[in-house]
Amino acid sequence: MLELRGISFEVSDEKAQKEIIRNVDLTIEDQKFVVITGPNGGGKSTLAKVIAGIVKPTSGKIFFDGEDITEKSITERARLGISFAFQQPVRFKGIQVLDLMRIAAGKQLSVADACQYLSEVGLCAKDYIKREVNASLSGGELKRIEIATVLARGTKLSVFDEPEAGIDLWSFQNLIQVFERMQKRTKEGSILIISHQERILNIADEIVVIAEGQIVNHGPREEILPKLLGTASAVDACSRFYQGGDQS
Amino acid sequence: MMDEIQKRLIAEVADLHTVPEGAYNIRANGQMAARNTTANIDITSKEDGSGIDIRIKPGTKHESVHIPVVLSQSGLKETVYNDFYIGDDCDVVIVAGCGIDNCGSQDSQHDGIHRFFVGKNARIKYVEKHYGAGDGSGKRILNPGTEVHMEEGSSMEMEMVQIKGVDSTVRTTTAQLAAGAHLVVRERLMTHGSQSAVSDYQVTLNGEGASADVISRSVAKDSSYQKFDSRIVGNAPCSGHTECDAIIMDKARILAIPQLEANDLDAALIHEAAIGKIAGEQIIKLMTLGLTEEEAEEQIVNGFLK
Repeated sequence: MLELRGISFEVSDEKAQKEIIRNVDLTIEDQKFVVITGPNGGGKSTLAKVIAGIVKPTSGKIFFDGEDITEKSITERARLGISFAFQQPVRFKGIQVLDLMRIAAGKQLSVADACQYLSEVGLCAKDYIKREVNASLSGGELKRIEIATVLARGTKLSVFDEPEAGIDLWSFQNLIQVFERMQKRTKEGSILIISHQERILNIADEIVVIAEGQIVNHGPREEILPKLLGTASAVDACSRFYQGGDQS
Repeated sequence: MMDEIQKRLIAEVADLHTVPEGAYNIRANGQMAARNTTANIDITSKEDGSGIDIRIKPGTKHESVHIPVVLSQSGLKETVYNDFYIGDDCDVVIVAGCGIDNCGSQDSQHDGIHRFFVGKNARIKYVEKHYGAGDGSGKRILNPGTEVHMEEGSSMEMEMVQIKGVDSTVRTTTAQLAAGAHLVVRERLMTHGSQSAVSDYQVTLNGEGASADVISRSVAKDSSYQKFDSRIVGNAPCSGHTECDAIIMDKARILAIPQLEANDLDAALIHEAAIGKIAGEQIIKLMTLGLTEEEAEEQIVNGFLK
């Protein structure tokens, strides 16, 4: 179980201080599939980075399975069982997909096992296992590999920051199925996804709406989703292409 | 026979754990330690004792030559001239390499000068690894010189690797390519401590359809210094590409000087050079997979040089 208590995050420049996250309290129960949505620039990605330890909150506490992890590093949190899939996956010259999967799994994962994870995200494994995680891969391919690394880790909490960002419509439709399968298996751990996509919101157990750095709504999908439909927080897969998508 | 230190050096530079198959010449502390020739590959010592001649008969296929050199005696300095005469239509692998273990206070130095005469339509894969070990204050110095003459339609792939322990290197490589000849050079280099490594390539494309690709990937750590000077000259309708991609760390310094000279309207030449530190997001990504910052850095460097 993940608990955020009174989390705030401020940035200051020469002119003024800006609050990106304001006093957020949030609990992610075990075995739950939770989707965070809300307008662009509302602080969703920052909150995900606070959970992973990439961004240090200005105030507040974070507990993971009852343990205070506020002061713990990215590495320590990863080892405790928190995974984080980047919105824009990182490229590495020379590091092969198999290397990355092995680092993620924390062991000498067999080629067959690595292929299993890649197949799960819809990549023809044998074509990819020896590929370098570099600029030769498309955005959609990188995104899938990013998700496969999180699967290979198999941790208690997996956080995905806008899995739909930066990929084409066709890739996205296929990616949704990956999350649908994951949702069916949430007994293996809880999942937190930042997304605007109606189809992802549709499979959530709980939905959290964040705007201007605060939680404005949080509850079971049945309760929250009807209020969101037709707004920018729950777009169908096509309309984001007319709007240009969210790169925040 | 060779001692344990020398055997370990051989394993590092030539991936050899036992006596290799095929032709070989092993040089240890300035002396020939072992030699084998085959029906197609002859190795003879030069009359003045300055090195060896390797002659490969035309049409020799799928054979290999290993000529590793090891130095474990502090203070030894030598210059060795090895000439390769590769017949037409050959397809062979040549593995050279030098390992120095210097536990003493005097500098140890091996300057290997290799000349290759590659016959028509021959295909060569050449691997050269450098490695230094030993904790003495004496320096481990390697200055390889390579001179390549490629006849029509021949191709050569050169893999030059220096990952660890060599204090000072000046590598000079020149190549002359006739029509249709094709040269690929892949250099992988890592320097640390106060090491210095200079790589100087000059590739001249003299015949129509000649092509060359000179690629260096390097990592400079601590206060080490690297200079990559690569020049491709096109004297005919030809194509050439040179690329230097370097990671800089700590207080290291890197100088990259790609140069192109076109003396023909149809010489298509390209150069690329990039020097940069490890991206912070790469380290963060690997940390989210459970690695420490140091482990992440190591993985990034290892991958880059693989």
